[in-house]
Amino acid sequence: MGQTLYQKIYQSHVVGALNGSTDLLFVDRHLIHEVTSPQAFAGLRQAGRPVRRPDLTFATMDHNTSTQVRSYDAAGETSRKQLEALAANCAENGIELLDLYHPDQGIVHVIGPELGLTQPGMIIVCGDSHTSTHGAFGAIAFGIGTSEVEHVLATQTLPQQVAKTLKVEVTGTLSPFVTPKDVILAVIGALGTAGGNGYVAEFCGDAIKGMTMEGRMTLCNMSIEMGAKAGLIAPDATTFAYLQGRSHAPTAQHWDAAVAYWQSLYSDVDAQFDKVVQIDGSQIRPQVTWGTNPEQVIAIDQPVPAPESFTDLIKADAARRALSYMGLAAGQKLTDVAVDVVFIGSCTNSRIEDLRAAAAVVAGKTVASGVRALVVPGSGQVKRQAEAEGLADTFKAAGFEWREPGCSMCLGMNDDRVDAGQRCASTSNRNFEGRQGRGSRTHLVSPAMAAAAAIAGKFVDVSTISNGASA
Amino acid sequence: MSDIFAKGLVCPLDKNNVDTDQIIPKQFLTSVSRDGFAEALFFDWRYLADGSANPEFVLNEPQYQGASILLTRANFGCGSSREHAPWAIQQYGFNVIIAESFADIFFNNSINNGMLLISLSAANIDFLFNRSKQGPQQWQIDLTNQEILLGNNTAIGFSIDADVKQRLLSGLDFIGASETLSPQIDAYEAQRRSAMPWLG
Ligand code: SF4
Repeated sequence: MGQTLYQKIYQSHVVGALNGSTDLLFVDRHLIHEVTSPQAFAGLRQAGRPVRRPDLTFATMDHNTSTQVRSYDAAGETSRKQLEALAANCAENGIELLDLYHPDQGIVHVIGPELGLTQPGMIIVCGDSHTSTHGAFGAIAFGIGTSEVEHVLATQTLPQQVAKTLKVEVTGTLSPFVTPKDVILAVIGALGTAGGNGYVAEFCGDAIKGMTMEGRMTLCNMSIEMGAKAGLIAPDATTFAYLQGRSHAPTAQHWDAAVAYWQSLYSDVDAQFDKVVQIDGSQIRPQVTWGTNPEQVIAIDQPVPAPESFTDLIKADAARRALSYMGLAAGQKLTDVAVDVVFIGSCTNSRIEDLRAAAAVVAGKTVASGVRALVVPGSGQVKRQAEAEGLADTFKAAGFEWREPGCSMCLGMNDDRVDAGQRCASTSNRNFEGRQGRGSRTHLVSPAMAAAAAIAGKFVDVSTISNGASA
Repeated sequence: MSDIFAKGLVCPLDKNNVDTDQIIPKQFLTSVSRDGFAEALFFDWRYLADGSANPEFVLNEPQYQGASILLTRANFGCGSSREHAPWAIQQYGFNVIIAESFADIFFNNSINNGMLLISLSAANIDFLFNRSKQGPQQWQIDLTNQEILLGNNTAIGFSIDADVKQRLLSGLDFIGASETLSPQIDAYEAQRRSAMPWLG
């Protein structure tokens, strides 16, 4: 019987059997940031353990940093302490750090691929749930907790058990203005936030093959939102072309050998998945979440559902609570709902392609009065490119704030927050209660949808506005 | 050794999809220490805007003070990977969580801190919630025999991964356990360096 891509990568990383069904797997790349690493270094110090492979660990500062000013102090005293702790821990252990002042600093899941640290066939971990992003390159990439960060620092390995496999096939061609963000929201809507629990999801099908690496990263980024341990996509020519020439990618000397290996990374035709889901990509419409978890999502032209329409009583109750938190009523059209804040950014949608899509909608228009809109590029590289392409000027001319790279308003942990009761069209990945600030109301959308909402001051169906922009 | 892994008062939290942002909001994640998170547990539900305790929230009800077993529903611990979530739950006083299902990362993080997480069918979870509505419950958890002892000779069996069970029972330092495989790690690294030198 054939093997799935996940099984191939898993097996090639088994260092040994720990006990029963638990294997010790080798970790190729370990990414760390300021929030989930300090206790791990403290633990190492306490136990007198060194970092085994500082050369395979890379650090950045993103969560707790200000994107308004480049300063350790800007997001408060405790944040400064965390940033300083990371800098000291990296210096002490010889770990490469892209600190706040480094030109390529950015969100950990944006810079990993950008620097070529993320490569097909790898096992990549980070103390952050959206590590699933890196699966877009055909790597097993998943988030871990701080105890596991300590374990990886000490041993460069992690105890694991084989996960179940889920195949998500997205067939057909996407309509104009339907983006990878809409695809993953539709998939989560169909499978539910726990639909992937215990599984590693492999995305395939024509709609996926046609996606750029940026789009594939958006897709895999949110696979954690359906509970999947990881999401991955078999590498192909698009993947190889993206990686070639990046600073930490294989050099010319090893390039052909690396590509030859990467070409062996696919699920065999007779591989058995534990679960298979098919979705017709041509039927997907631009999506907007209406509730407080990502499965509470509708197409922009659908009415907000009535709690009674859910046959599952617990889902009905969750819908009732979500509507009350979100200040929405069943049957309402989101195209009648005004927004206060628009946030374009986060590890889901802060890459150059996302900014191009948003800028295409914004070009020559102005942000509606009373709306606060910001664009936060995912990294220094994205920022420089967007400035060179004139996208930054487009945003600024329209009335958007143009920021330094970082997580910003995705999580309300730095100096950017959505106030209580305010409604935000956000390109991030979580619409949980209070995620963007206590009492904040988040609607997840694609960059084009967010840009359109900023201009209109309310949600609009981006596929119905004709301004010559293409998706 | 007693077969009872834990025992105590049960607090019913009747919600699905409790995410780690709810378990511990981000403003508490700026700490560089592992301690001091008990007060932050379920912060936005537990306290009103003026800082006083929210009387409507189950954790604040007088009959649940001192609870050490948390009963909840599906997909508990979804969202962010923050280990601060199990730290806060444990430091508040819970050592066992019973739910229909748990998010993967949260599950591992909890086990790594020595907490026992028990998954049961939706029907059994309903049964336990109904029971807890009859009045405060004191349950015992027999991990060796994989049973929740509800009192009056009533018990509910549960399944648990054998490796996880062994780890909880032996309380083993998991880094230390992996370090026993150091020679294999050395060998793996050597083979990796020669077969795929670009990986470093
Ligand atoms: S952008 Fe948001 S989801 Fe992504 S790493 Fe930062 S805080 Fe986490």
